[in-house]
Amino acid sequence: MRSLRIICPNGHLGFAPIRVESFRLGVAERPDYIAADSGSDDVGPVPLGTDTSTSPLSWQSHDLEHMLLAARELGVPMIIGSSGDTGSNSRVDLYVKIIKDLAAKHRMPQFKLGYFYSEVDKEDLRRRMRAGETVAGLEGYAALSESELDATARIVAMAGVHPFIELLKQGADVIIGGRSSDSCVFAAPAIHHGFPAEHAYYLGKVLECASFCAEPYGGKETVLGEVTVDAVEVTAMHPAQRCTVASVASHAMYERANPYFEQVAGGTLDMSECDYEQIAARTTRVSGAKFLPAAEFRVKLEGAGKIGERYVGMVGIRDPYTIAHVDEVIAWARDKVRERFGDTGYDLYYTVYGRDGIMAELEPMRDKPAHELCILVQGVAPTAEMAEEVCMIGTRQMFYARLPDVKGSAGSVAFALDEVLRATPACRWTLNHTLRCDDPLELFPTHMTSAGV
Amino acid sequence: MKTQKLSALAKTIRSKNAGVNLITFDIIFAERATYERVKRAGVLTRETVCQLYRIPDQRICDFVEFDPGNAIKFTLYRSRPSGSPGDPDIFGAQQYAPLLDVEVPE
Repeated sequence: MRSLRIICPNGHLGFAPIRVESFRLGVAERPDYIAADSGSDDVGPVPLGTDTSTSPLSWQSHDLEHMLLAARELGVPMIIGSSGDTGSNSRVDLYVKIIKDLAAKHRMPQFKLGYFYSEVDKEDLRRRMRAGETVAGLEGYAALSESELDATARIVAMAGVHPFIELLKQGADVIIGGRSSDSCVFAAPAIHHGFPAEHAYYLGKVLECASFCAEPYGGKETVLGEVTVDAVEVTAMHPAQRCTVASVASHAMYERANPYFEQVAGGTLDMSECDYEQIAARTTRVSGAKFLPAAEFRVKLEGAGKIGERYVGMVGIRDPYTIAHVDEVIAWARDKVRERFGDTGYDLYYTVYGRDGIMAELEPMRDKPAHELCILVQGVAPTAEMAEEVCMIGTRQMFYARLPDVKGSAGSVAFALDEVLRATPACRWTLNHTLRCDDPLELFPTHMTSAGV
Repeated sequence: MKTQKLSALAKTIRSKNAGVNLITFDIIFAERATYERVKRAGVLTRETVCQLYRIPDQRICDFVEFDPGNAIKFTLYRSRPSGSPGDPDIFGAQQYAPLLDVEVPE
């Protein structure tokens, strides 16, 4: 095999549907693989903390159906990483079921369906910690303590290429992955077919977000990557998009602190000496990537825990005097919650749109509020009943705030809705850590089943 | 001295999560000359970022001049991890606005 070609139709499958026109053009190129990542920690800790997806089942099914139909028609493997946003076990099971249902619906000839899990059992992790293993923190997180572990609802480990390669070796036609590094979804088949690691991982890096490596900007369009023993070439499939030196180089920066290095389980992709060359109108060739194997095999862990139930309320303010004294209005309402529930045992958050609602303490303009404000109130407490009341008092009492010189004495705020609404539970990221492993597959058990008729 | 706003010179000015506890900022230029000019002007440095966002230097996790992309890139630690209750920007996508008005000398 002189080269391997993979198309990627979506950078976060399920989050917004793929664009079908450029996907069809990609399929017409007769790629060797069709692959996409379906996960992200961008969506915050709630999906992992509550074991849910952020998007409707119909969107996930839409993308999986297009990919499966094309892959089976071409007779090439299809690979999905980080199923259902979080890559938790329930999301893997969900995607396996969707694939089986689609195969039955279209009466596809039987094929091999491989999948692997990524969840880490809390008690297993506790045993490792007690045996002296340090679960090291990333990006400002301290090493994991047992109390933080206790506060965690669910943990997933970030797979590298290893479980994908294991399932390809077993002959899987479709792979549904648990949590995994985006780039490894694409690097795994390239390594499986014997291409050098540095180009395989670079291929993954450039394909992982689909058309985010192309210009002009436009998400969810298909791109085609081709790896050889010397380089990677990437081509935009949408007729109006191009992969240029600038767009491909810029993509290396996207969503990461350092544009030169990408860490995965087992090593680091070094892009510091990459050479970019425009070789056709819509194609850029990249060479010079390096892969530095890690001295110690460490796997990233993500964990989220539930803080409590949550309600939200919303108010508006138009009186300039009240706007200037909005902190006193909030303090009044906080005080009323304190009178009812005391100082602790709940959380109350105020987000003041029109002043510093979006940037909080980073906002340079917070002394120049707009002519009207919207305030989002969040009440968090152990039970839904208490969270509702915390939020209700914290919202309703803003109406009754007593400001000494206010002209309007009939109500300090405007309600678009005189109610508070139940939101998803409040969660937080408890684990952003790494764990040493002896065996690259030990956290990622693989399974093989079949689908079709 | 005549100046131009960064928003008039850069092709892209954006912010986005880089993992759960970092927000990364990219200022990307279409032309190498413009990129070099902004670098030379010294208006985008660790120090100016600290002043603009009113943060201590320890909040900056990385500051990189990325020549292959004609880009200046810096990354801040969040005040709390993304999506914690009260976090107003789960994706970190709207934190770049103060950069638009940075004045760059001719």
